[in-house]
Parts: sequence; structure tokens; C-alpha cells
Amino acid sequence: MSAVSLALWTVRFLVVALVVAGTIGTILKDRYTTAQWFEFVLFGLTIGSLYAQVALGYTMVYGVLRLINFAHGDIMMCGAFAGYFVATPLENSGFLEVHPVLGMTAILAAGMVVSGVIAVLTERIAYRPFRRVQGFAPLICAFGVSFFLEQTFRGLFGSSVKSYPAPKWEGVEFHWAGLSVPGVDVLVIVLAVAFMAVLYLIVQKTRMGMAMRAVSEDGEAAALMGVDVGKVIVFTFALGGAMAGIAGVFYAFLFKQVYFYMGFTPGIKAFGGAVLGGIGSVPGAMLGGFFLGLVESVGPSLFLDGIGIKAPYELRDVIAYTLMILVLVFRPQGILGEHMAKKRA
Amino acid sequence: MKTLTKAATTGLLFGVGGVYLALVGLLEMMQARPIVFGAVNLGQAVLALLALACGVVAARDAGPAFARAGAGLLGGLVAGALMALLQVIVATVPLQGMFIAASPALRNMLAFGFAPGPGALAMLLGGGIGGLAGAVLAVTLPSLRRAIVAGAAAVVIAGVFQELIQLMMQYEGIIGWIRDFVYTWQGLRPQGAVAIFVIAGGTSLVLSHRSSADHVPSPDERRRRRFISAGVALLVLVLMPLLAGAYIGEVLMLVGLYILMGMGLNLEVGLAGLLDLGFVAFFAVGAYTTALLTSGSSIGLLHLSYWEAMPIAVLISILGGVLFGLPVLGVRGDYLAVATLGLGEIVRIVVLSDFAAPLLGGPQGVLDIPKPSIGSFELGSPVKLFYLTLVCAGVAAFIAWRLENSRLGRAWEALRDDEDVAQALGVNLIRSKLLAYGLGAAFAGLGGSIFATMLGSVYPSSFQLLISINVLALIIVGGMGSLPGVVLGAIALIGLPELLREFGEYRYLFYGAALIVMMRWKPEGLWPSEVRSRELHAAAGEAEPVAAMEPG
Repeated sequence: MSAVSLALWTVRFLVVALVVAGTIGTILKDRYTTAQWFEFVLFGLTIGSLYAQVALGYTMVYGVLRLINFAHGDIMMCGAFAGYFVATPLENSGFLEVHPVLGMTAILAAGMVVSGVIAVLTERIAYRPFRRVQGFAPLICAFGVSFFLEQTFRGLFGSSVKSYPAPKWEGVEFHWAGLSVPGVDVLVIVLAVAFMAVLYLIVQKTRMGMAMRAVSEDGEAAALMGVDVGKVIVFTFALGGAMAGIAGVFYAFLFKQVYFYMGFTPGIKAFGGAVLGGIGSVPGAMLGGFFLGLVESVGPSLFLDGIGIKAPYELRDVIAYTLMILVLVFRPQGILGEHMAKKRA
Repeated sequence: MKTLTKAATTGLLFGVGGVYLALVGLLEMMQARPIVFGAVNLGQAVLALLALACGVVAARDAGPAFARAGAGLLGGLVAGALMALLQVIVATVPLQGMFIAASPALRNMLAFGFAPGPGALAMLLGGGIGGLAGAVLAVTLPSLRRAIVAGAAAVVIAGVFQELIQLMMQYEGIIGWIRDFVYTWQGLRPQGAVAIFVIAGGTSLVLSHRSSADHVPSPDERRRRRFISAGVALLVLVLMPLLAGAYIGEVLMLVGLYILMGMGLNLEVGLAGLLDLGFVAFFAVGAYTTALLTSGSSIGLLHLSYWEAMPIAVLISILGGVLFGLPVLGVRGDYLAVATLGLGEIVRIVVLSDFAAPLLGGPQGVLDIPKPSIGSFELGSPVKLFYLTLVCAGVAAFIAWRLENSRLGRAWEALRDDEDVAQALGVNLIRSKLLAYGLGAAFAGLGGSIFATMLGSVYPSSFQLLISINVLALIIVGGMGSLPGVVLGAIALIGLPELLREFGEYRYLFYGAALIVMMRWKPEGLWPSEVRSRELHAAAGEAEPVAAMEPG
């Protein structure tokens, strides 16, 4: 056995040992009630549904272009800003209180349209020239786009954290078997799942979706069969951008904050989710996103508290990043391993 | 008709660019920096430049001279109309609740101080005249055009950097006389601007006449010229703090640190092709090791002197690099970039957390780090530390230069180009990759060590992902795999923004744009290594027929 595989096995062993020891420790300590665990899981599913939506954009773009659209998290941020600028006047005029459905529809539409348009523009300006370029250039360009978007929004709208309006109906809680369920979480999860179902249908049932799948299978063969690859790529960016816009609106809605840097961390994590599910695979991205959200939400209390780490919640992002790195190192093809990842990695 | 459409589209694009600059807040900020005192400021110069460039682009390929002039005029008019529209909108609609830059000051600037109506007319006219001038410039003799551009550029540089230049001219006698002729204490005098324009333009004219004797420099000569210019640049670097004082010393100190780190990352990215975005982690390891070993505060471990701690810091950084590299050995390309980014973020979060606080001090950081001293001579000021950095960077450059042409360097280049082929040809992948991570980390650790003693304290907030991005951006702008490129990149991306302090917050906007623009038009960088530029051009030559076959 070489030194490298020894090191890798050590890493595997350490991670498993930590997880097992932490879990046993936490169970023995019995510090959290069932209601708290339920809260963690529900929050994990909520945030996971957003990661899943963002991860879809990564996975679809990767499918057709073999490009990690590093700026995708920032495209989500653009949607959050658009939603904010619609939501604030609606809330101030009282419209959002009286007509929650109409109001939310308008906010979501704004987020979807703005994010979709910006995604298409980035493709046109920054990514199109690199379609046939190998190596770092496209990825570095994607970093450039990420910075450019963040800093543009900072310049346009300021660097302060804007607080998102909180309509009264949002405080509704359901009670069920002694557990309290915040209405927002249910709303976010249900709508996210609905939107993802629509997207799945688009990918599976429409002509454009079929063309998309063909291009991600084999771009050149698809082109020879008469698929307009350029159009498919634009459509993919628009679809992914719109999904990210929805996620951005909900993200802002959950955390009540909008600022120019907000897309970065969720963007990276969602990428982790996409890889976890198997990059290029649409159901995989959904699964990976939910899984990542769950692990991130439950993990600090389940794994870290048990081994006696103080303030485990601070290390929430460490868990998400570690999971991502472990996947990249040990299973780059993800859970629903597609052959594509192997070709690449 | 086609020409007209193209000219109008060009005008539209430039107009959108101008509106963007205005709304993002750059124009208003540029307005505060005078070029010729009391006459022209940077904001106006940028507006003029936009109009001129619009004219040049619109007039390109437009056929006969009068058609070009017309195209330039149209382009300029369209761009001017967009800017005028923005001005009128800002004047009539209260936009500032949304766009913070849409202030009355911006409107005033875009209207040249007039009321909205006449201001819009002035902007429209200005755009047209600028576009026409650009078109005319595009059809004049190349040598004359070059002279005008050189003269204007010299005036802009002399005006924008007047503080720095004046600082360097604090002498009596002839230098003092020149200074007083060219500058007041507030900025460039009109007479000075004219003089600089004439001198720079004239020099350019004379040079272009002399070089028009069809003299193509031989490769040898070109190399010699490069060495000479690199030598001159080095000499300037060494003498600058002596001439220009402590502030420049601090800026150069920072530039030196980034050169050091750039050399390290250049080994990883430029030579070995390992796109590492967790580079800041090694910088942090170097800084924290130095801090913990030397600090006089209660958190300090050994209270060593700086010179004892520095080699240990470098060694631990190397160890960190190898440990960091081991798990990601099998990860390639884009995945490696994201994995290393994650590792870097993990290091930052852990350092910041309460969990590691007993050892690393948490958000309060580690204080009371001594300065290095040689005998009884303490390297206390940034200028003195700058020389330490410069020596370290020199040593690093020498090592990097020797490595580049060594067996290891060639192995790196082979594995950058194709890992599988390299392995098949007998390159030991594991060893060469780990050496790349380790050596790159050593340079970053050394930089971190100097950084710790420079600040006298370390905080987790100093080790953001942005540092990795800065280093990556500077080697990309300078030219991947090129040592002089690293120096140039560090001066351009770290030094310049420090000198233009008020634009500090726009720095990353500029970085983002620079990354996109460089990748798009000059992927080999500003000062490319010869091999790389040859490779890229060869690749581009081959790629063209393939691109032409692309459907749609």
C-alpha cells in the first residue's frame, strides 16, 4: 500500500470515527429534545431545498458546457435583490399583507426574470468566447464574473445589509403532534419542490429539454443531429438562472437579509450539493442539495457536540465544506454517479 | 446602412458602459481626482475617453474617410444621448433610494453644471464631438496618432499621480524649478500639462521616425532589452522608498509580500497547473506560526526571536502544504480549484472559532509580535521591512527561476499539459505534485511570517479568500508561469490601487473585469513567459478551423 492510499485511508477512518464518536456522545448526553431535533431537520430541509434549486443551475450548465459556473451563487444574489426591490414597496403600501399570493407571485417573478436575464447576459458576454477553450481560462473567467457581479451590486445599491420586509402572515405556525412547524418553512419547501418538479418536467418532456439532455450526453453528436447547441446553452442558462432567482428570493425571505456578498457561500455549498448528487444529473442535484442542507443543519449538534466542541454551530460551514471536499476526493462521480464525471475527473 | 447600424450599436454599447460607470458610482468618485488643477478632472477625462473610443470603434471598417467621420459622429451622438437621458432621469425621478450613486452631484457632473435641459444638449453635443474626434484620430497618420495618445497618457499619469511625483521631487535647484513649473501643491498647472504633452508626444514622434527604418529586433536583442527593463524596474523598486518616503515604503512592502506569494502560487498554477484557491491557508499558517512562536503575550508559546521563528514557520508551511496536497492528489482541474477553496475556508473558519480560541486566540488574534533585528539594528519601520521582503523575494525569484528549468520544473510543465502522458513518460506524479504544493506553501508561509511581524499582530480577518484571489489575479494579469509577470502583476494590482486610495472599494470590481478581459483577449498575460505565449498562439492557430465548423 502506497503512502498516498495510506493517507487517504487515514482520512476516511478519521472522518468515520469522528462521526460515530460524535453521534454516540450526543445520544448519551441527551441534551436536545425531540422538538429540537425536529427543528434541525426541518430547517435542514428548508435550506436544503434552496441549495437544491441553486445546485440545479450548476448541474445543468455543467452538463451542456462542462463549465463550473462559479458566478451562479451571485446570480442567486441578483434575484434576491430584485425580490427585495419589489417586496419593499409592496410591504410599505400594505399590499403584501392583504394579498400574499399575488404579492409573492410578483416578487418571485421579479427574482426569476432578473436572475434569468443576468445569467443569459453572463453567458453571452463572458462564457461564449470560451466554448472551445480547454484549461483554466473559463473557470478563471467565471471567478471574474462572480466578482464583477458582486461588486456591481455593491456599487449600485450600496454595501449595507438591507433588511427584508416581514409580512405578518409569515409568522403563522402549525401545530402537529406537539411539534410546532413554522409556516415559512413549509411554504419554502413546498414551493421549491413544486418549481423543481416543473423544471424536471421541462427537462424530461419538452423538446428543448430533450435537446438539453442530448447536448449534455454528447454535444457534437447532438449538433450533427440538428440540435441548435447555441440555443440550448442560452436556454439552460435562463432556466438555471430563473431557478437561482427563486432560491434567492426565498433565501432572503428566510434570513431577512440582502447584501451583495450573500450569494457566495450558498453558491459554493450548492456546488458541493451538485457534485454530491452527481454533477450533470438533475435528480442528483436535487438530492444532493437536500442532503447537504440536512447534514449542515443537523451535523453540528449531532457530530460535534458529542465530542465536546464548544459552540458547534459556528463550525456549520466547516461541515458543509468538509462534506464537499470528501465527495470531490473520494467520489467525484457523486451519489447518482454519471459516467460524465469520470470522463472529466 | 450596415455601417450606420454598426455605428449606432457601438454608440449604444459605449453609452451603456458610461451609464454603468455613472450608476456604480465610479464617475462621481473620479471627479474628485484632478488631472489639470482647476481645468480637467479624471471623471471628465474618462467621459472624453469613452466618446473618443466610441468614435474610433464606430469608424473602424467604415470605408472612405467621410463615411468614417459620419460613423464616429453617429456613435458619439448615440452614446451621448444615453448619458443625457440618464442625466435627465436622475434630475426628474428620485432614484437615490435604489441607486445610491444617482445623486445630485452626479447629475451636475453629467450636465456639466448646467440645468437639466441645456445639460442634456451639452452632453449630446459633447458625445458627437468626441465621437467625431475619435473617428478623425482613427484616420490620421499612425505616428501622429501614437504621439497624441502618448502625450495625453503622459498628462493623465502626471496629473493623477501628482502627489507621488511631487513627493519624489522635493529638492532644491533644477528639480525644484521643474516641479514649480509643472505643479502647484494642489495639482498639475495648465502650462505644465502643455509642456508634458509636447515633450511626451514629441519623444514618441521622434522615436517612431527612428524606428520606422524597418528595424525588427532580433530575439537576442529583445531578450537583452527585457533584462535591461527588468533591471531598471528592480532599481526603481529599491530606490523608490528612499526617494518617496514612508507611505510609498508601506505600499511597496505590500507589493513585495504579494510578489513573494505570487512566486509561490506561480509554481503551483503557472508551472504545475494546479489551480489552488486555498493558498491563503499557507499564508495564515506562516503568520500564525510566527505569531505563536514569538509573541510576548500570554498566548505565545516559546517567545523566540523572529529569526528563529521564521525558518520554523516556513517548515511548518511546507508541512501544511504537503498535508493539504495529499488528499487532493487525485483531484483535477476545476474540482481541485473548488476543493482547495473549501480547504482554505475551513482553515479560516476554524481559526476564527471558539473551538480553536484557546490555542489561536479566536477573533482577538495574537498580539505583541516582536520586530526582527540584526544585532542592535531593529527592522522596525515598513521601509526597512520592505528591504527584508525584497531580499526574500529575490531569493524566492532565484529559486523559482532555477526550478523552472530544472528537471522538476519540466516535470511540472509536463503534468500541467497532460497528466496522463506525463505519468506515462515517467514523471512521478505524487512527488512532483507534493513538491509543488510544498514549495508554493513555503513562499506563502514566508510571506505570512513577514506579514505577522509587519503588523505586530495577526487576526483571522486578515486571511480571507480574497487574498487567494488577489494572488491568483496578479499572476494571471502578469502572465502565468512568468517571473517578471508576477512583479508587474503585483505592481499593477496591489500597488496601483493603494496609490489610488479613494477607489479602494472598487478594487475588486476592477479585478473581476480584469480577469474576464485578460482571459478573453490576452490569456498569456501582460508579460508572458516565452514558452507560454508561443503555446497559446500555436493553440489559437489550430483552433480556428474547428471553431469555424461550429454549427449555428
